[in-house]
Amino acid sequence: MGISQTLSRILSTLFQSRTARIGIYGPPNAGKTTLANRIAHDWSGSVIGTTSEVPHETRRAARTGNITITGSNGRSITIDIVDTPGVTTRVDYKEFLEYGIEREEAIIRAREATEGVAEAMHWLREDIDGVIYMIDATLDPFAQVNIMMIGIIESRKLPVIIAANKIDLPDAAPQRIRNAFPQHPVVPVSCLDGTQIENLYEEMIRYFR
Amino acid sequence: MQGVRIDLISEERLAQMPSMEKIRLILDNVREGTIVILESGLSPDEQSTLIEMTMQEIFPDQFSGIEIETYPSKQRGSGVLSRLMRGENETRRLTVIGPANQLKMIRKDRGLISAWVSGR
Repeated sequence: MGISQTLSRILSTLFQSRTARIGIYGPPNAGKTTLANRIAHDWSGSVIGTTSEVPHETRRAARTGNITITGSNGRSITIDIVDTPGVTTRVDYKEFLEYGIEREEAIIRAREATEGVAEAMHWLREDIDGVIYMIDATLDPFAQVNIMMIGIIESRKLPVIIAANKIDLPDAAPQRIRNAFPQHPVVPVSCLDGTQIENLYEEMIRYFR
Repeated sequence: MQGVRIDLISEERLAQMPSMEKIRLILDNVREGTIVILESGLSPDEQSTLIEMTMQEIFPDQFSGIEIETYPSKQRGSGVLSRLMRGENETRRLTVIGPANQLKMIRKDRGLISAWVSGR
């Protein structure tokens, strides 16, 4: 091996950057794990987590590494996807009772959910390079958690794409989300049935490269 | 006389307090059932810490978290310059914080927060 090759390898090792970690953030039940599963299924054939109508189904952050997404023009990105627990400022175990969960189990679920929210905030502070922020397009985009989280993400100067999810539902109004957060790209999408998911992939390649 | 206590904390007083003191003050008061109104709100880092500390203090049948309401940040453009400047000129805006089981938001938009406060 020549000197130039050796030098090149050393420099490459020294300055090698790790794969960008893209966090999927948002309030509970916005569709974060559904998106994480769709990305993993479409580009690596795996599944990241289980989904449920019960809030806080995801209570631990889950990372899937080295997912390569290729766009229509042949450009691609390789990223790690981090599916995070839904962020909220309140967790009441009594909410889970309404879904038929027993009290003891509901209390455990609530405790795990609070730990999950704190964990999600830790990831954002330490280990995330870009964010896909999920908003349920059938709900009010001015929900406080959205305002706070977008502000926190902006303050960390992280690139963020807002996914206006659930456009398969009749009440979906993605334009309200565009109006609420005009400073960021907003991609209407249905992570459940895959409607316009390719637009999100194209935006990810463009924005996270 | 029964009622709900409301503390309004001025911008000057907030400016003199370290972040952790601010957050401790908020959580201690809110846990006691007080509605706290901050004239100038919290920074994004303080909001992040407030979320984390709130989660640590949630306890079944005693404290289920906080309701916090503030106006959206002032609109910035979507151009390249705006993206480069992102976070540089953070705005702190009036913020209302209360116990999750006592403070309910009724309606909110860019210039109005309408909330309902109930007793303990």
